[in-house]
This record gives sequence, C-alpha cells and structure tokens, in this order.
Amino acid sequence: MKYVDEFRDGALARNLAHSLAAAVDPARTYSFMEFCGGHTHALARYGVVDLLPASVRMVHGPGCPVCVLPIGRIDLAIGLALERGVILCTYGDVMRVPASGGLSLLRARARGADIRMVYSPADALQLARTHPQRDVVFLAIGFETTTPPSALVLRQAAREGLKNFSVLCCHVLTPSAITHILESPEVAQYGTLALDGFVGPAHVSIVIGSAPYEPFASAWHKPVVISGFEPLDMMQSILMLVRQVNDGRAEVENQFTRAVNREGNRAAQAVMAEVFELRDSFEWRGLGEVAHSALKIRPAFAAFDAEQRYALQYRAVPDHKQCECGAILRGVRQPTDCKLFGTVCTPENPMGSCMVSSEGSCAAHYTYGRWRDIPVVAA
Amino acid sequence: MCLALPARVVELLDADTAIVDLAGVRQQVSIALVPEARVGDYVIVHVGHAIGMLDETEAQATLALFAELARGTA
Amino acid sequence: MSSRKPGYLRPIDFRDGVVDMNHGAGGRLGAQLVDDLFARAFDNEFLNQGNDGALLPVPPGQRLVMATDAHVISPLFFPGGDIGSLAVYGTVNDVAMLGAQPMYLSAAFVLEEGFALAQLRRIVLSMAAASRLCGVPIVTGDTKVVERGKGDGVFITTTGLGMLPQARDISGANARAGDAVLLSGSIGEHGVAVMAQRASLQFETGIESDSAPLHTLVAALLQAVPEGAVHVLRDPTRGGLATTLNEIARQSGVGMLLQESTIAVLPQVAGACELLGLDPLYIANEGKMVVVVAPDAAPAALQALRAHPLGRRAAQIGQVVADAQGFVQMTTGLGGRRVVDWLSGEPLPRIC
Repeated sequence: MKYVDEFRDGALARNLAHSLAAAVDPARTYSFMEFCGGHTHALARYGVVDLLPASVRMVHGPGCPVCVLPIGRIDLAIGLALERGVILCTYGDVMRVPASGGLSLLRARARGADIRMVYSPADALQLARTHPQRDVVFLAIGFETTTPPSALVLRQAAREGLKNFSVLCCHVLTPSAITHILESPEVAQYGTLALDGFVGPAHVSIVIGSAPYEPFASAWHKPVVISGFEPLDMMQSILMLVRQVNDGRAEVENQFTRAVNREGNRAAQAVMAEVFELRDSFEWRGLGEVAHSALKIRPAFAAFDAEQRYALQYRAVPDHKQCECGAILRGVRQPTDCKLFGTVCTPENPMGSCMVSSEGSCAAHYTYGRWRDIPVVAA
Repeated sequence: MCLALPARVVELLDADTAIVDLAGVRQQVSIALVPEARVGDYVIVHVGHAIGMLDETEAQATLALFAELARGTA
Repeated sequence: MSSRKPGYLRPIDFRDGVVDMNHGAGGRLGAQLVDDLFARAFDNEFLNQGNDGALLPVPPGQRLVMATDAHVISPLFFPGGDIGSLAVYGTVNDVAMLGAQPMYLSAAFVLEEGFALAQLRRIVLSMAAASRLCGVPIVTGDTKVVERGKGDGVFITTTGLGMLPQARDISGANARAGDAVLLSGSIGEHGVAVMAQRASLQFETGIESDSAPLHTLVAALLQAVPEGAVHVLRDPTRGGLATTLNEIARQSGVGMLLQESTIAVLPQVAGACELLGLDPLYIANEGKMVVVVAPDAAPAALQALRAHPLGRRAAQIGQVVADAQGFVQMTTGLGGRRVVDWLSGEPLPRIC
C-alpha cells in the first residue's frame, strides 16, 4: 500500500530507535501522552514500545470516542430501537459496548431491535431514502475527523427534505479534552502526572489544522508534535518531542506534513460550523462533565436532531466503583494498577471506558501487551 | 483520530463522488470535503469520505528524513 | 434408481419454480426433488440404492474419523465459491486435518419455503462438482423445508467419514516446544471475499475465496516426512489464523512465537482490511492449513507443501515455545513484540 507500507519499514524503525537512544538525556525521564486512540492502537499493534528508550514513557490519552461514549448515550440509542422501532445505524466499534440492563447494541438486535452497522453516515442516509415508511436514526460518534461526514449527511438530508432521518449526535472535541486533562479540578484528587508533551492526533489535525494546539505550547508550555498514523511517524514524533524537551522549547511541530497544515480543511470546518454548535457541557465516560467539549445540532436542523425529535432524556450511568478509568485516562494510573483489570474487566466483559474498544489503554495493553506483566494475568 | 488511509483517486463520478484505489481495492467515496481532488491525486479516506489531500512531495520528504536519520545525518 | 416408472408428475420447474412446503412433506413431490435434483447430481452407487442410509465398507486395520459442519453462510454465492462447494470442502478438510483420508460425505439440507429452485440447482451442481473433484461421494442425505422467514434460503450440514491408519496421531494437543509452525499460504481471502459481497460494502476487490479441498496437500505432506513428524494439522477457518494458533497453544499447553514478516497477505486483502479496520490474522480462510511439525522435518515438509498447487506460498511462520501462560506472541515487522490474542466476539470493522 503506497504511502502506508513505507512508513512501517523495520529497517528504518531500527535506525529511528538508535537516534532516539542517542537523543535522550541520561539524567532524566520523559512522559508523553499520545492523545489519539488510533495512536495507542498503533503503538501496541506494532510493538513500538520495544523500540523506545526505557526512559521514555508513553501515557495513553482519552482520544478514543468509543471509549469515552457514556453508557447513557448508548441506552438512548437502544431505547429508540427497542421501543420506538427505528432503524438504528452506527459504526461497528460501538456495537459491542455494554450498556444498561445487560444490553449492548448487538444484544438488542438479538432481542429484535433493528440495528444496522454502517461504514459511513452516507449509508444511513441511503437507508432512510430506501425505507420511507421507517424512521432511521444514525448514532454519530467520533472526534473532528468523523464529524464533517455527519455534517454533510445532515445538510444533505435537509436539502432533500427527508422526513424520516435524524442523527443522535455524540461528537466530541479534541482541544477541549486536552485542556481538561491539563487543568481539571480533579487533578488535585488524582495527582498530576508531569506530562512533558503531547503526540497530537493525525487525522483530527487534517480537519482542524495545527493552530488549535498552539495554546498548549504557549500557555501551558507543553510541546506538541502532530504525528502521522504509522509507527515510523510516531517514532519520529517522539524524537522531535525529546529534542524539544532537551532544548527547553515548547512549540507545536507538525510531523504529519504530508496531510496536515496550520489551517486545516476549511471546507470541512465550514460544513461543521453550519450544522453543529457547541454544547455547554457533555459527559465523557471516565472524565465526567467536560465544558465546551462536544457538539449538538443547530436549531436550523432541529428536524434531524434525534434528541429533539424523540424528546430524549439523558440519564447518566456511573461506572463500577473500583474502575480506575478516570485516573488511567488522565495518565495518572496504569491498567495494571486497577484491581479489575484482567480479572473481572476483560475485552469480553469491559467494565469501563479503557477496555471498551481496542484502543483504550486497558484493551490495548490486555490484547497486545499483557505478556509483559505475567504475574498480573489471571490463571 | 481514527482509521484513515491514503488512497489514489482513479475516477471522478460527479462533483461530490469519486472512486479511489488502495492496493487494488476500489471504493466509492465522497469527495465533498476535498472538491479540488483530481484523478491521480492521493486523498485520506475516513468512513467513506475523503477528508484531506495527501501531499506526495511532503510524503517523500518525510521518508527521506527517515533515511537520513538512518545515516546519522539528521 | 428404481426401474419402475412413476405415475405422471409435472417436471420440476428449475427455471422459475420455488421450494414449497410440499417438498419437505415426505411425499411424492419431495421424492421427485430428491430423484431429479440431488440423486441425479450426486449419482453414486451408494446413493443409487435409494435407501435412507448407506452401507459402507471399512477396510481392516483402519480407524474411522468423522467430522461434521453446518453451513449457514450468507451470501450463498461469493467470488471463488458458494455454500455448496464450501460445505463439501469444509468437511473434507476437517477429516483431512486428523491425517485421515476422506471417503464419504452425507449432506442434509434445510430449505426455506420460497427459495428459488434455480439457485438450489446451482448449489447442488456445485456440490456435485466439488465432490467429484475430491473423489469423495455424497452417499446419503436428507431434505427438510421450513416456513418462509425461518431459514436463510438454505442451510447445509455435511458430515464426513474418513479412514486413518493405526499408527497415526495428529491432534491439537500434540504441539511440543521446539516444533516449527508452518502455514500453507496467504491469509484472509475467504473472509474478505465474502464481506465484499455484503450490501453495505461497495468495493470490487477482485479477491476470491480460497475455498479448496486440502486432503491431497495433506497426503503429499505426510508422504514426505517420517510418520509421527507432523504433530498438528488445522485449517484456520472462523476466527482466522490467530484463533487457530491460540486453540492449539491452549490444547497443547504451550506458547508460540511468530514472525509477522513471514505471514503472507495478498496486497488487496491487506488493503481491504486496512479500509475496514480489520486484522487479517482474524479473518476466515477456507483453503489454508497450519502444520506443526518436529523441527528436523520442517525443511522436507515445506518442500512438499510448496510442490503442491495449494501450497506454493507455504512458509515457516514461527516456533512453538514453552510458556505456562500459553501466549501466542509475535515479533512485528517493525521489530517490536506483541501478543496475538484470542478474538473477542465477531471482528467488527473499526472507524478508530
């Protein structure tokens, strides 16, 4: 695959590993948060950790939209399908997430709910066109990468005057989440982990550009390197972060120059702004309420807003008391610090956000990395 | 944040839709977000939509940088 | 076949006709369907006796192996095969994976009321062709019809019988530390070929299912190495290579260490998996096998596999290691290390 395989080359990886080993200051350690769940998955899947110096620690951030989707939102979707008979469409990642009452979207389907997996929001729109007598609801999740496609279908639905299509909007925003990690009130409770910098998300940045990260560098004095998705990209980005830290710099650097620029995709930003507006606050599973961190559908498109159309009442559902996801998402604890990890909480039976999708810290560690902590694994 | 792949535009179907190719796999995607895409361009595809263009010059530059690191000159 | 002519029956309309409840009622129409379609296509001395069961000879000194598989695949037709050929090859392979020679098959059909006879005929002819290709006759069978909405067109269950020499012991429990792990070819093709057919996917992958009978590949392998050198044979079907290796590791109480760069994946399969967010390691195969063999015999084993049309891309993909935790680990193409875990649930495409 062109522009993919070259960025996974083992020989180049070894050389990057040597450069990293030479670059780190032996007198200190480094902690970098990779915000994006896709990056967490890539680190685990390729075993990149084995190629990093021991003094570099990667902390896994909350940038996994399936992980941070609250149970209460999934309950709303299941309710629409089971009780209102809608065709409920969403992405594959969400289908297995356990919600209330022992249900998940998949289990609800087994009970007779019409729940369909789609690969694109356009598929959901097409279902609405081909089933004019049925109501179709699209459960929209994702960060800014995934939001413009949702905006496009909403705009298209309005243009076509569809009477049977709506979106249950659970889109969340990246910069607000990073801010929340750096300055939320709970920081005092959990303790801060001194984060030396951030590996910024690749594909979100294609849409929003590199500019939104500049406050983190200037106000919080944390270096940010926007990194491509492939393992070589990540290794180079970590090298760039190490150098910034050594030099005492705090800048936003762009490693993913082949797809990201400072302004981002203006067309995508425009359609998002046309269709969506900021929510005052939104619950993130594991993080609690986060201000200005999520989107809702503008009044002009209210006819396509499932929350309005069905007068939905959101009910928050707390996680297990011993679930350590909050601390893990902030990088203050590791999966193996959690009593539930690997025992009660496994990918088959996830108790909290970090285990729910394959890029959550706990799931990634369990699936790809738990051989490193043999004594912790249940017999 | 999410799974997005670089694919080559092989056919424009209309102003908003194109066929892209990734290692011989063809998929119809929306190019409404990258209206400037032309046949032969590489776009980044996510959930059936092209969300950005891939700059091939920059891609080569990044690869060259990796190789330079190998030689210890970067 | 009976030599008496039956009373007049309208010939079956294979062009526009459909299955109806009468075909499964055990009466004349059902018998006509069996005679005119199934028996005619499968045509062999056992079936032609016209009994409900088959009387089969068992050579002395051989042990019997039996395997069964239910096939519920949707869509029924896909590039590289259909539910019929799959039903034949799948069970032939299950028998062959014990090192046995497949001898006979039975086939039971559950048909849905309203299912097009043209499609049924296509499937049955495909099964007949597959059966002849393998040299394994379908010697007995059954047909039932369920009401519309209670079936998915057709479900097929095949059971296979094979013969195993006394001395042979090939089993998932026999892997030993030090054994070589071989794979007969590239992975992921069947699953991707089937997924591409599903309505919600619009891509032309040009990928065909690798569905194929492996019993001659097995025979060639077993002839090339000393008896007892091959410890395990298994075909990585549902759940993919990763699941099969984990099963063997658990059954044998060992671990494994694989090398990612040795596992072959066709570029188009890799591309399709990337686009869908799937991992080829977990995608079903229907014409590949895993061979766990004593290390000394590995070179001869590989040579025998590669000499066969179904094993051209055979390679050693790793070794069996002692590991109380039973992990299947892999060194990645990048040079790092990861666990290749069990599949949790169905492999659903990711957006993230």
